[in-house]
Amino acid sequence: MSICYHTDPMKVVYHLIYFAIGCYETAYKLGLSLSFRQEIMKWNGWGYSDSRFLFNKKGQAEFTGKRYRLSGLILPSLKDWFEGTFGANLQHKSPPTVNLSAVAPPNLNEPFIEDLKAAGVAASHDPEDRVFRAHGHCLHEIFALREGRIGRVPDMVVWPSCHSDVEKIVELACKHNVCLIPYGGGTSVSSALECPHEETRSIVSLDTSQMNRILWIDEKNLTAHVEAGIIGQDLERQLNEHGYCTGHEPDSMEFSSLGGWVATRASGMKKNIYGNIEDLVVHIKMVTPRGVIEKSCLGPRMSTGPDIHHFILGSEGTLGVVTEVTMKIRPIPEYQKYGSVVFPNFQQGVACLREVARQRCAPASIRLMDNEQFQFGHALKPQVSSIFTSFLDGLKKFYITKFKGFDPHHLCVATLLFEGDRGKVLQHEKQVYDIAAKFGGLAAGEDNGQRGYMLTFVIAYLRDLGMDYYVIGESFETSVPWDRVLDLCRNVKERIVRECKERGVQFPPLSTCRVTQTYDAGACVYFYFAFNYRGLSDPVHVYEQVEHAAREEILANGGSLSHHHGVGKLRKEWMKESVSGVGLGMLKSVKEYVDPQNIFGNRNLL
Amino acid sequence: ILSYPRHPVLKKRDDFEDVLEERRRSSDLRYALRCYTPTLYKGLVPCKVSVLKSIVLQSDHLQCVIKQVSSESGDSTECVAEEASLILDEMAHRMQLSTVRFFVFTLSKAFKRLFRSVCVNEEGIQRLQQAVQEHPVVLLPSHRSYMDFLMMSYLLYMFDLPLPVIAAGMDFMSMKFIGEMLRMSGAFFIRRSFGGDKLYWAVFSEYVKTMLRKGYAPIEFFLEGTRSRTCKSLTPKTGLLNIVMEPFFKGELFDVSLVPVSISYERVLEESLYARELLGVPKPKESTSGLLKARRVLSEDYGSMHVYFGHPVSVRSLAEGKIKRSQYNLLPRYIPQKPSVDTHEFLNDAAFRLVRIQEENMVLKPWVLIATLLLQNPDGMDLSSLTEQTDWLRHLALAFGAFLDWPDHEACSEVISCSLALHRRLLSVSAGHVQLSVTDAPQVETTPEEAVFQRAVVVLSCASYRNQILHVFLRPALLAVAMQSANSSRKDDIYNCFNFLRNMFSNEFILCPGDSVQDFEEACYLLMKRGVLQVLEHEIVMSASGQSTLAFLCSVLDPFLQGYQVVCRYLCEETNENLTEKEFIPAVRSFCFVSLSSDLQKNALAALLRLKAVRKVKV
Repeated sequence: MSICYHTDPMKVVYHLIYFAIGCYETAYKLGLSLSFRQEIMKWNGWGYSDSRFLFNKKGQAEFTGKRYRLSGLILPSLKDWFEGTFGANLQHKSPPTVNLSAVAPPNLNEPFIEDLKAAGVAASHDPEDRVFRAHGHCLHEIFALREGRIGRVPDMVVWPSCHSDVEKIVELACKHNVCLIPYGGGTSVSSALECPHEETRSIVSLDTSQMNRILWIDEKNLTAHVEAGIIGQDLERQLNEHGYCTGHEPDSMEFSSLGGWVATRASGMKKNIYGNIEDLVVHIKMVTPRGVIEKSCLGPRMSTGPDIHHFILGSEGTLGVVTEVTMKIRPIPEYQKYGSVVFPNFQQGVACLREVARQRCAPASIRLMDNEQFQFGHALKPQVSSIFTSFLDGLKKFYITKFKGFDPHHLCVATLLFEGDRGKVLQHEKQVYDIAAKFGGLAAGEDNGQRGYMLTFVIAYLRDLGMDYYVIGESFETSVPWDRVLDLCRNVKERIVRECKERGVQFPPLSTCRVTQTYDAGACVYFYFAFNYRGLSDPVHVYEQVEHAAREEILANGGSLSHHHGVGKLRKEWMKESVSGVGLGMLKSVKEYVDPQNIFGNRNLL
Repeated sequence: ILSYPRHPVLKKRDDFEDVLEERRRSSDLRYALRCYTPTLYKGLVPCKVSVLKSIVLQSDHLQCVIKQVSSESGDSTECVAEEASLILDEMAHRMQLSTVRFFVFTLSKAFKRLFRSVCVNEEGIQRLQQAVQEHPVVLLPSHRSYMDFLMMSYLLYMFDLPLPVIAAGMDFMSMKFIGEMLRMSGAFFIRRSFGGDKLYWAVFSEYVKTMLRKGYAPIEFFLEGTRSRTCKSLTPKTGLLNIVMEPFFKGELFDVSLVPVSISYERVLEESLYARELLGVPKPKESTSGLLKARRVLSEDYGSMHVYFGHPVSVRSLAEGKIKRSQYNLLPRYIPQKPSVDTHEFLNDAAFRLVRIQEENMVLKPWVLIATLLLQNPDGMDLSSLTEQTDWLRHLALAFGAFLDWPDHEACSEVISCSLALHRRLLSVSAGHVQLSVTDAPQVETTPEEAVFQRAVVVLSCASYRNQILHVFLRPALLAVAMQSANSSRKDDIYNCFNFLRNMFSNEFILCPGDSVQDFEEACYLLMKRGVLQVLEHEIVMSASGQSTLAFLCSVLDPFLQGYQVVCRYLCEETNENLTEKEFIPAVRSFCFVSLSSDLQKNALAALLRLKAVRKVKV
């Protein structure tokens, strides 16, 4: 499948066409099943059950399913890259074990359940439903699931179908002193969904997935009022049907929810045009134990004291449940174009991104991969269909490495995505390529750019493949002022390598980064790190120690605690250092006022 | 890494190899011209000296200071920038391989004449080779002689290591031809004092940091700041150490390796020069003609020389848990920042520990033991008792962890007579009696004053050898004196006394600040192990057999105690209200002439000032 461009602005086929079109829609039409998502998704890995990487009998890697551009294709160089990078061996497998019987019986609060039934809210205490909502996608969470180790899980799941359902649930929870943990898309990578071990009350997972309707679209003000449980790709698709989009595309948008974005201060790939979630929301409605918090009008900006939205944005489910959000929408852009630039080295690439940011001409998305990631991307190239293509590839490679003298072990690639009306896009494109040329950048074609963005969606599936062969890994992110980007990248990558070595990891780890967002005053940097854990008795512990060290290194180098993943429980220990004691005290006093009983007891953030 | 072992005896040290052996067998010229391909830092982007200069001048840091200075002084920025450029021209090295080759050739010749052997620990070289590739390296040699940095560069060339750039005092620059030669072999020159000169400091620090960040070449400087005239390690300076650590603190480098190097001489080339200087004869100004006159030294035998490359110390692991690097997050990194109190403390502590490593890896020759004994017996000793006591001392020193280079399979008397022969200028041997004395043809008419002066020169020269082993005996000796003066066997009383002495002498010896308890415990441990003491829960008791050891240890510190007493007596009895610092040393010297070196007097005054016994009044 490939991307087609239509000139008719109202009928553009969206660039995410390779997503499974209508998979949800069909389901909705067939009549909704509460646990529909868990039927089509893995319970101990990333994404859809039908989509996964595997090494076939010939030892070649392939990606199963039909949902992605890479689906059904053979990836001939992945095996060599995988074995070469990690020292892994296809003979050494570490398959998951299944053990749902380990789920402890629920600790139910009967009076609460009875009141809930009376209120007519759907609920379940089926072990599968509970386990599915007991975790996010941190390495330790998935690793434990694969090993069949299941810790504390919610005692029951409730599915409110609208704002007033949530009000009822929260009221009853307060009445019966039950702990509520809101659950949206379940894509957290900050241990935010983990049930606190010290929690003795009945824990209820509040699944917002049934609150997934667009309630209205206001074309005059270009806003849409949406229930917060809607999943990213559904929101975009449904808005597209009306000719609109939000433009908010976090890498997890296939699975993450609007409420989750608000609760974690999410960032989208195309924030350069559309803004991050805090720029996109006009109005938020949240149910707290104290009642509903919302603003009284839809004014685009207010000077009414500190913006109360900023207590909600990033509150990580500690204050209440976001139920409805009014968001800005935009007409679907007329034209989209991918692009890519090869730089002789990472330094030149960063200098170019900095210049692009200085001139404030960043395209919808601009990302810079380091050399390791470039090589990784290369390993995911599907089998070429004709000799001609392979010949062309060879020529390109020859041109860049021999003719232009780029060292294949230093060069790095920036991927670009332009959006807008056709004329402007082309003009914009030229401006960016001209800047790139000043930093030794060579245009490297649309196809490379597009594959770069596709990788974003499949990379999470790759971790599951790694885990089948003793390789574990994770990603983490930060934001940092421009002048420290290079130093931070180098130091953090080196720290990871060093820590792995010191902790007995036998093979050098994969330690790579990319600059994924540019701002006026800095950039967002994303790290990937993975290693072969054969010979380690407690790989997850080693992994956690290394990640901890890497975060310390980030903070020591002027990076932030998080750019968009949030704090959760994973990074809580650094909150005070990050926002000062007074800052933390302010947040705590808000929590104290809003939720004195700690009904929203996931213990994130504070 | 820097917590040196509590049981120093068990310390494993590398073996040495004589590097001159090969030189004696093959052509020096061919050697000087051989293909030199050093192992380089992995991140190195080679750059020319001129490019380096423009990077420094264009740096944000320097530009920022130039603007500051210009707005403060009212001069135009161009004018200040010009000044900065001149400072850099005056400072910068212009390393050239051809000059280095010339030096290699001449030094090969010179070293072969001066030294019987130059011994280097090759394992240390291998570690350095490894370190050089991984992180930028800072070489920290001890400083006892002008030979030090020539030898360092010579050795690095020899082992195909990158040649260092060396921070040298401006004094050398005044040596016409030689100054430029040194510059072309990697020396860069810094003024001795530039306290308040912001621009100078900025150029200097940026120059060093740029070379470090780029991994341009190993930076070499002397922690002690200057040659130690007494062969005792000097209290380290932290300025340059701060400069080389800052790129790590600010995240510009992942790590920096500090390599302490201990260079020891069986006979120091400048031995009598130093003694004269300490007695108030001004240091001859460095000049090319002076150097030519000093050719005389070439005709003498200086025995062997040892260079020990210590384990590289990672700044990152040193700073772990002590430096909060995020303190640099809120200010753009090019804006100069004075080190915080914590940082300052850390630098000071690190500097002391590095000097301690230098001390511990310093090879000691048998002569050092002999000199110690001869100084304690001013009337001389019979050869037989000297032999006996040297042997006793040798075992004591080894038990305390001394790095003693004692020839294997040689009779003690043989070793001693060899040492005596090498140092014959300082002593007289007649009829089996050994005594320190002036053996240079005595002038016919010597005034009594001159005779005393000559004697003092010999004593101070000899003391400079004894000083080399002081760090081995220091802690037990402090304990011995503390026990003697505490008049009590209670541990607390002895500790208090120990602590007082330690505090008193902390300008005199390398005593890491804050290590008082550790030092006390180390001293107890060493003496207990020797069977000198019994350390009970609340008491310290001397064993019957320990008397001689304690007496020896007390007399090790005796000259220093006496010297400090003299200074105090002078200050109490003789001074009027306003003694200027300049007058102090000549005044004390005339008050009590005998064996008082200006070094000790300065240290004593500094200690008294520190302990607030004496007050400094600015006039």
